[in-house]
Amino acid sequence: MLAWTIYVSFLGAVAAYLAGAHRPAFVRVIALASSVLSLVISLIGAAQLDPGKVTTLAHATWIPSLGITYFLAADGISATLVILTGVASVAGVLFSWNIQNRVNEFFAFYLALIGGVFGVFLSFDLFLLLVFYEIAIVPKYFLIAIWGSTRKEYGAMKLALYSFIGSAMVLVALLTVYVLSPAKTFNLLELTAAGALKGQAWLFPITFVGFAILAGLWPFHTWAPTGHVAAPTAASMLLAGVVMKLGAYGALRVSMTLFPEGLKIWQTAFAVLALIGIIYGAGVALTQNDFKFVIGYSSVSHMGFVLLGLMSLTTLGLSGAVLQMFSHGIIAGLLFAVVGRMVYERTHTRDLSILEHSGLGRKMPFVSITFLLACLASMGFPGFSGFIAEVSILIGSWQHLPVLTILAGIGILVGVGFTLRALQKSFYSAVPHAAGAEVPAAYEPVTFPEKSGAILLLACSIVIGLYPRLLFDLIHPAIQQPMFTKIISAG
Amino acid sequence: MMTLLVLLPIFCGVVLLFSKSARNPRPLALVVNFIIFAGVTLIALRTRGAAGFTVESIYSWLPAIGLQYRLAVDGISAVFLLLTAVVFLMAIFATAQSSFADARYFGLLLLLEGGLLGTFTAQNFLHFFLFWEISLVPAFFIVRLYGGARRAAASIQFFVYTMVGSIAMLLGFLALFLATGTFDLSELAGTRPVGGFGPLLAQKLNWSSLSPTALGTIVFLLAFLGVAVKVPLWPLHSWLPAAYTQAPTPATMVLTGVMSKMGVYGLIRLILPIFPEQIEALHAPLLALAVITILYGALAALAQRDIKSLFAYSSLSHLGYCFLGVFAAAKAGIPGLENERAAAVNGVLLQVLSHGIIAAALFAFVSFLERRTGGALEYESFGGLRKINPAFAGMMGIAVFSSLGLPGLSGFPAEFLIFKGSFSFAPAATAFAVLGLLFTAAYLLTFYGRVFFGPLNMNRSAMADLSAAEKLVVVPAIAISLALGFAPQLLLAISNPAVTALVQQLKF
Repeated sequence: MLAWTIYVSFLGAVAAYLAGAHRPAFVRVIALASSVLSLVISLIGAAQLDPGKVTTLAHATWIPSLGITYFLAADGISATLVILTGVASVAGVLFSWNIQNRVNEFFAFYLALIGGVFGVFLSFDLFLLLVFYEIAIVPKYFLIAIWGSTRKEYGAMKLALYSFIGSAMVLVALLTVYVLSPAKTFNLLELTAAGALKGQAWLFPITFVGFAILAGLWPFHTWAPTGHVAAPTAASMLLAGVVMKLGAYGALRVSMTLFPEGLKIWQTAFAVLALIGIIYGAGVALTQNDFKFVIGYSSVSHMGFVLLGLMSLTTLGLSGAVLQMFSHGIIAGLLFAVVGRMVYERTHTRDLSILEHSGLGRKMPFVSITFLLACLASMGFPGFSGFIAEVSILIGSWQHLPVLTILAGIGILVGVGFTLRALQKSFYSAVPHAAGAEVPAAYEPVTFPEKSGAILLLACSIVIGLYPRLLFDLIHPAIQQPMFTKIISAG
Repeated sequence: MMTLLVLLPIFCGVVLLFSKSARNPRPLALVVNFIIFAGVTLIALRTRGAAGFTVESIYSWLPAIGLQYRLAVDGISAVFLLLTAVVFLMAIFATAQSSFADARYFGLLLLLEGGLLGTFTAQNFLHFFLFWEISLVPAFFIVRLYGGARRAAASIQFFVYTMVGSIAMLLGFLALFLATGTFDLSELAGTRPVGGFGPLLAQKLNWSSLSPTALGTIVFLLAFLGVAVKVPLWPLHSWLPAAYTQAPTPATMVLTGVMSKMGVYGLIRLILPIFPEQIEALHAPLLALAVITILYGALAALAQRDIKSLFAYSSLSHLGYCFLGVFAAAKAGIPGLENERAAAVNGVLLQVLSHGIIAAALFAFVSFLERRTGGALEYESFGGLRKINPAFAGMMGIAVFSSLGLPGLSGFPAEFLIFKGSFSFAPAATAFAVLGLLFTAAYLLTFYGRVFFGPLNMNRSAMADLSAAEKLVVVPAIAISLALGFAPQLLLAISNPAVTALVQQLKF
């Protein structure tokens, strides 16, 4: 069932392209239909899934001589992230409703990216996983380079290079695994079951960093803010919402399960990097004057929590990390939607010192309430999805990393600081209108697709915040599978 | 039933927030509050004489991380619930002639009330924390949107200070969860090993460079920071004068009357029964901070020349007594002193109700003055008001005397019980704290003399006396103060069984 999310997205991409640029309304409907269908499939598929074990979705031989198979499967973790991708893609289409330039190509790239992401989350053959990983990178480059803004070629190229370097590191390490392992296979389940591999002490950091580059691991995070800022709104939403999750997912699913012994050696080192990311990202966000950079750096900070949860090497910490991936995907998507689409396309500036004088709070009440709720969610307020995720991560990290946990608390506070600052400057500014500054008396009203997208994302965060079992019951049993219990006992 | 009482104001609050067209939101807020008042009174009557929880509803929310919805009311919670119901009614009555109070204001106020009711009935830490944080948001916006000239800075300072405390408290309890596997407050208090949670923490937390005692202390300090900021304890108080003076005065009634009591509730429910060893180990410094809070607040009040700032610092000083009583009670005892322990904690609860209602009444008087002068609140803009406003002077006089602890009014039995209980455990600190009464008398009488006695300030010669609507706000408060002053057992019958049970658990 879940495998159809991939096929539907790629078919949607082809259909959107063939529909042609002269029929934009039709293209949009195709894109929306395709992503809604993927979302529905992912929800039904997740409901039918036994989250505590890896269920095979498709298994066919592909290149038998190299032990490569077309092997799609899912457990609760995959299902959670597939649902996230489904939600993010629907919201992204809604917030791209006003794209005018080369509409069919835009949505074709967009849906191809989504298809690649679904593929990564469902691949249990490492070669296949990397193929989908690369498929996701290419459309991302074009989305930014063609439809982006601020230094778009630079942002797109930086993002593509970082991604390719990361995946090259992973590829090299996995080829080594293939050579070293007696099983001669790329099947992840067989590899993890086969027993300890040699060379874990250096294979682990290579693969982990390779994946975690895409998750915004400090100090390899620099692609993230520039990429986010350069990208068109929908692409920023996907970039922060799901593409960063590819990295975290790969780190968890591949490098941590394959190299539990290497993980043990490097646990503290990577936990420290994660913590630096949390504090550094929040600290830089506190000083930015470009609204989109604030959100871009906040993603680095929030992804730091994911990585900290992964490095906690406890059941709760890992579960919290996966939940945080979901939660951040939703919230970051919403923040970028507010900043990039709802505000920027009306004010044509992202400079907070100008927005301060624009009286946005009164002129855009819907946007201001949306942004307020998104900010609360981003601060990790109880009642929103981020809270349960952070609580689980921090319980987990207390066990092995007590000092880092207390420092992470400071990171949360800096997060509160930059969020309040952004909120204050953008929508609740007390600064009177500067004399001579040209500020329109009103902005064009918020459109129906924007409202639906915002409500969809907010609803996800609040529903999961109030009833976390919906996802936790998917994630928590999955973390108790043998492939992860090995990690936990390593810690 | 209690769950509905918590959800009712939240629901109505959200409705009001999204219906800006509502022309007359006050009746709805009043109806909601009468319902809450009736419900809370019934619940409080049911808890009389019972040591355990009388109203309880449990729902397993997320078992994997010990998140449980456990709402339960015992005598201790009942005191806070009564306080909430009374002060919110007063605060809504007090907006009778306020033009600023629109649908959004009442929406925020009701949300705040729901958050407070939820906090005071929560028996699971995460459940508690949910409401603790929820109540911060409407309070922030009430100051931010309706406050005075420096509202932006005041609201942000308030928010950030509180968040520092909240995050620390959260971290502390997360560590405790790791050690014990539960967030349930009664379970934590009941299963606390003799000697505290230090060894258990050391066993579960991989922090080998620290001794169990040090680890226990760190976790205690983290958890304690949350309530110490909220009440607040000197030197974490600096948000308080700013927030209290910048908030619209009817909202200050709620901030000092009820919101500061969240911290006291946390102190009694989260800190005292779970960390008594750690309090005892830090007995001298903690008591010193409590005494400094009392004396500093009183001296600072003495230095004020503005009525609203005066009562802000006065609140700080009075809240210090709550710290004193609770800290004193956590001292490994000479046997036979259980009654003194209970007296101190009962005194704190009485002080919670007494200070909450009296401070709310005093700020109500401030708002009446504000309305008459158009905002001027310096002593200089008043004088001799007794002659033309006898009712104003008389009623405010009763409230002032209750605040300074005159026998026959509720402030007296509250402070007396705290002193009586604390003296056995902390004689020196208690002696210094009694000094606070002196300063309190000094600043309150100075204020009262400047405003109501002396030659009549000619700018105020036409000032109107209390109207019927205004009497409606303050008369019930004065009546309650008198009733508790003469018959404190009215409240003690509710609180004492639960306090006795709590105190008996404090084995060292």
